[in-house]
Amino acid sequence: MAEVMRPEKLDMSNETSSLGSPELLHVLAVDDSIVDRKFIERLLRVSSCKVTVVDSPTRALQYLGLDGNHSSVGFKDLKINMIMTDYSMPGMTGYELMKKIKESAAFREIPVVIMSSENILPRIDRCLEEGAEDFLLKPVKLADVKRLRDSLMKADERACKNIMHKRELQANDIYSQLKRVNI
Amino acid sequence: MQRQVALIKQSLFDQGYLDEQFMELEELQDDANPNFVEEVATLYFKDSARLINNIEQALERGSFDFNRLDNYMHQFKGSSTSIGASKVKTECTMFREYCRAGNAEGCLRTFKQLKKEHATLRKKLEQYFQLARQAGPKEIARRPK
Repeated sequence: MAEVMRPEKLDMSNETSSLGSPELLHVLAVDDSIVDRKFIERLLRVSSCKVTVVDSPTRALQYLGLDGNHSSVGFKDLKINMIMTDYSMPGMTGYELMKKIKESAAFREIPVVIMSSENILPRIDRCLEEGAEDFLLKPVKLADVKRLRDSLMKADERACKNIMHKRELQANDIYSQLKRVNI
Repeated sequence: MQRQVALIKQSLFDQGYLDEQFMELEELQDDANPNFVEEVATLYFKDSARLINNIEQALERGSFDFNRLDNYMHQFKGSSTSIGASKVKTECTMFREYCRAGNAEGCLRTFKQLKKEHATLRKKLEQYFQLARQAGPKEIARRPK
């Protein structure tokens, strides 16, 4: 009779999925101001994030594969952890961009942060109601970016722990079944 | 020389040309990116020159499209805020108020003042960065490792 080994505590340190891995958080930043693009990029780099910066909502949608050329499905393999967008941009506001992102299956779960130089309460309310993760007043502070990064990492950690717990339960379940059958 | 650099910087703050945002930018510099602030300033002056040009052309046309002017000024104010250009930012705010009031004369007057502040800041910052580079990296504020 083969001995059924008790499942060991799962070791996730070599987990290749993006959850809980040492990979950098990848942030997509959208801003039509060249000065602000340079600034937000630096803030994110200093906060140990990988950054992609684009200068318009159109380019952001192209990058995500939501520009109509790819049937609004989006690039499923694209790993983005957060999107930070300026509110006032020519052609489309950050609010409208966020709505399009929320409509997509691939990216609706990605936190979207809206940045604006104008402290307009109805605007802030509207963005938060539509699902914005946060609304930051410009100029954005390093403390804001670090706070966002930390909460992203915590959420990742929680999700990772949930998966680990689930797997442990499954493994324990199988073990119990095998024991009952007395293999 | 380093003392000279420090004095110039202090006077820029004391006289209200720069605000804390400039210091926030300096905090982002490190050994790998020792010229970050100067790079941002270069981008700012290039971009704001373009905006000044656009506004100038719009004003020369005679017909005051206050919406368009306000739009340009919103951009100008935004980037001025991001770099800590305090006096320029103030002029931008005033210009926008005149736009909203439909006051063409106020716009023209404020624009003149804005260009003056902008040119002054440009000169002072150029001087500051040049001296700072000569004095060596010690004078530029760094993020603690």
